[in-house]
Amino acid sequence: MSGRPEHQAPPEIFYGEDEARKYTRNTRMMEIQLVMSERAVELLCLPENQPCHLIDLGCGSGLSGETLTEQGHVWTGVDISSAMLGVAKEREVEGDLVLGDLGQGLPFRAGAFDGAISISALQWLCNADQKSHNPAKRLYAFFTSLYGCLSRGSRAVFQFYPENSSQVELITSQAMKAGFTGGLVVDYPNSTKAKKFFLCLMTGGQQPLPTALGVDSREDAPNCVAFSQKRDRMKQLRSGKAPKKSRDWILEKKERRRRQGKETRDDSKFTGRKRPSHVW
Amino acid sequence: MKLLTHNILTSKCLKGVTVGYPLGIVAKEVKVNEVDFNPEFISRMIQKVDWPALCKAAENLGHLDDLPLAVVDDYENNEEFLKKAHHVLMEIEVINGDLICPETGRKFPVTDGIPNMLANEDEV
Repeated sequence: MSGRPEHQAPPEIFYGEDEARKYTRNTRMMEIQLVMSERAVELLCLPENQPCHLIDLGCGSGLSGETLTEQGHVWTGVDISSAMLGVAKEREVEGDLVLGDLGQGLPFRAGAFDGAISISALQWLCNADQKSHNPAKRLYAFFTSLYGCLSRGSRAVFQFYPENSSQVELITSQAMKAGFTGGLVVDYPNSTKAKKFFLCLMTGGQQPLPTALGVDSREDAPNCVAFSQKRDRMKQLRSGKAPKKSRDWILEKKERRRRQGKETRDDSKFTGRKRPSHVW
Repeated sequence: MKLLTHNILTSKCLKGVTVGYPLGIVAKEVKVNEVDFNPEFISRMIQKVDWPALCKAAENLGHLDDLPLAVVDDYENNEEFLKKAHHVLMEIEVINGDLICPETGRKFPVTDGIPNMLANEDEV
């Protein structure tokens, strides 16, 4: 596993021309982005059947923007990678695109937008990609400018991949300092695969957070196989090797040690017997 | 870059800039597209749009035509006005050119319809 992308290179370099194309052609990626974008728009709680003027922060090649167009909204996208924006242009997305660095602040007039979404972008702001970068300062510049260019009462929803809880802490504290209220909504918190983090920020004063999906454990995470632990156990039994720590496994291991010439106790009727389960 | 986007862009993220609006436009290539007319959306945008700045921008691009220089009363129900507003806001696109900060003169190039608002480290 290559690890987190933001540890490999700054976003404008990581998303070079090849990566930009790969990212956008990947059907699994497209499906995930579509689902997350639709959920983000849902969390925006926009007035029904009203076309809105939205901003897509870290819009990349326009995968999330297309959801906005589909729902009848007019959007502007900002991204730092010209390669990704180039792909967006090729795909003829409806939204207007701007090449910009979120950490430098958003260059828009007060109250310009009715809402903001961001899919898989915020974690990139938490790393210092240049010596002069101070992530906390950049996050603050970003959130204050975002607060300014959103009309009163509108929201910003960020789907992102936090590396750890101190990153979440850093992000939320800068957002609160900038004047936002709101918090984190975690969908499918009990599933490693389906778990998704949405930071929901509001400008209109304290409001209740939307309910997360999949908190009631009876609700299955979408696109996930139920009972994945049972599947792992089946895989183990089918592999031909004895499951770990069973008597057969112990006897096989001792045989392996003897073949290696290591000193091994002789087998007896007590080898691998069930030990009493209670503690003396 | 549509004129709607130009109307909300500023250079205020630069050091030493107070307002940074409106940005001047020098266009080398302009395109006129056909975009679906949504009267409800245009009506709501007119409240947000800086109308004098819009007229000035349209004039710079040579596309002022018969756009009224002031917002008419009761524009929500004036379909002719809304259509003219729609044409200027959504159908005129700057493909190549420069945006100019009114306070520092700094140029932001527009390439292939995308304005480059990236500032250098010493400008922020």
